[in-house]
Amino acid sequence: MAIKKFAVAAYDDEEVLFPAVKKVRGSGYKIHDVYTPFAVHGLDEAMGLKGTDLHIAGFIYGLCGTSTAVGFISWIYTSDWPINYGGKPHFALPAWIPITFELTVLFAAVGMTLTMCYLNQIMPGVKKHVFHPRQSDDMFVMAIELNSHMSEKEVTAFLKTTGAKEVNVQMAEEGWWYGRWDKKEPYEALNAG
Amino acid sequence: MNDRFEIPARLRNTSLILIVVGIAALIGGIVCLLMSHDDVARARFWLVLLHDSVFFTLITTVSIFIMAATSLAHGAWIVAYRRVTEAIGANVWLFGTIATVVMLLIVYTFRDAHGHNTIYEWVTPGNDKIILGKKAFLNPTMFTIFTIVALGLWAWFGRKFRALSLAQEKAPQNDPKIYWKVFRLAGIFLFVYALSQMSTGPWLWIMSIQPHWYSTLFSWYTFASAFVSGMSLILLWVVYLKNQGNLQLVTTEHMHDLGKFMFAFSIFWTYLWFAQYMLIWYANIPDETIYFKLRQQGPYSVIFYANFIINFVMPIIILMARPSKRNYFTITFMAMIIIFGHWLDYYQMIMPGPLGANWHINWYEIGIFMGFVGVLIFAVSRTLAKSSLVPNNQLLLKETIVHLS
Repeated sequence: MAIKKFAVAAYDDEEVLFPAVKKVRGSGYKIHDVYTPFAVHGLDEAMGLKGTDLHIAGFIYGLCGTSTAVGFISWIYTSDWPINYGGKPHFALPAWIPITFELTVLFAAVGMTLTMCYLNQIMPGVKKHVFHPRQSDDMFVMAIELNSHMSEKEVTAFLKTTGAKEVNVQMAEEGWWYGRWDKKEPYEALNAG
Repeated sequence: MNDRFEIPARLRNTSLILIVVGIAALIGGIVCLLMSHDDVARARFWLVLLHDSVFFTLITTVSIFIMAATSLAHGAWIVAYRRVTEAIGANVWLFGTIATVVMLLIVYTFRDAHGHNTIYEWVTPGNDKIILGKKAFLNPTMFTIFTIVALGLWAWFGRKFRALSLAQEKAPQNDPKIYWKVFRLAGIFLFVYALSQMSTGPWLWIMSIQPHWYSTLFSWYTFASAFVSGMSLILLWVVYLKNQGNLQLVTTEHMHDLGKFMFAFSIFWTYLWFAQYMLIWYANIPDETIYFKLRQQGPYSVIFYANFIINFVMPIIILMARPSKRNYFTITFMAMIIIFGHWLDYYQMIMPGPLGANWHINWYEIGIFMGFVGVLIFAVSRTLAKSSLVPNNQLLLKETIVHLS
């Protein structure tokens, strides 16, 4: 992961945010991310985000759960420790369906939760840069990645025209890292001046 | 907005041809089956009518149920095609009447050569101690009163919801009076429905065909079966109307929701189907296993496994992915498959007891089924054409337009 420069614009209304997102994308800027206090329907499409593949991962986890359950139970009851239960056949598939079902759900649920955490970069004990302290309260915050070819002044002036209440430029770590919230990170000193 | 549906000549002709086919099959049935001296053939005549009339009554009533449930939950997603559910629900009286007449004729007039009622054995119990023990519940008076009251209430609620929705169009803008009236009636309807469709109804109408056998979740199982095919029926109408250029407010998002219902409740049906099967298989009590002996290993094994494949394996494989639920061809195809599959499911609930190995899916069964489909298309399209397809002045109309699944 790398420390990069971002232009940050904070909006106070989603009705301003949507046209702003469209304008910013239309002007060719790359939106790093948009942070909102609640789930805003249609924002993912406006930002041009691709649909997630999380459900395909979930399907694979589910298949793993099914095969684990059926494989393990059938190994126990047909070869490792065959017992006659009430005259049922050793390979008593109907009796195993509930366990198979539960294990399928368990594997899919746990696997998808962890994958979702990985994709969204959230996890207990993990830190991410907060662009604006009110992004989880009442502000809609858009971060644009800056590179050496872009002029800070031009970008901030442009963002002002889209209706932003606050605009600033920050140095930030773009990814996630193990860390504690009560500890200052070294790169944060870059934003002090 | 005014979105009128003109019945296309092709649709009306198709429905009339289907009705004629149904009437021809009925006349053929009366001549070849009812008037024969073969008791099994006579039982077959009545059973097929019972099967189709009960099946169509239950799947059309689902429209009232989904309207009531979404009204109670302030659900807006269904408002875009609420007129379709209303039109189907307003025609429950038709199938309810047919079902009542058929069932009462079976109870009071059908007897075999020895004077026994082979379809509803409890009408003529003889010395059978088990059936005599259930006499307080399984008797013609109880059956008659319950059937008329339950189907009468369904029919009344179906027409009432439509009438209230039409009254809302003429009401002052944003007047919540009728909205809350529908809300209260919806609660009452769900109570009525829970006590009829979800418990007593299927016991009397279907489970009592084999009165020695019982299953406590049978009604839930029949409800799941009816619900998923009822949602498929709504979906077929919505797709048809969209193809005609109506229902512009209904988008892929609404269709996706209906697809999700078809998928989720196919799994729900399987859950109940399997719960009933597994407990009986595991306990292995002869009184109970006789039901599945006949169906799984007996003459009905083809239908038993076809039922499982059509109603579980196909939906779970085809409808699982998100793109397939948003594709008009897949959901239309699956809706037809699901309705047919659950028709088969009801077939294997009803037929094995009285018919044993002598079952047919032949000209008579298919003809009567086509007749009922014809009646359904004819009646529902006439109701749809009577008013605007956009439920104007509905309080939740704006929410349904911006709905995202």
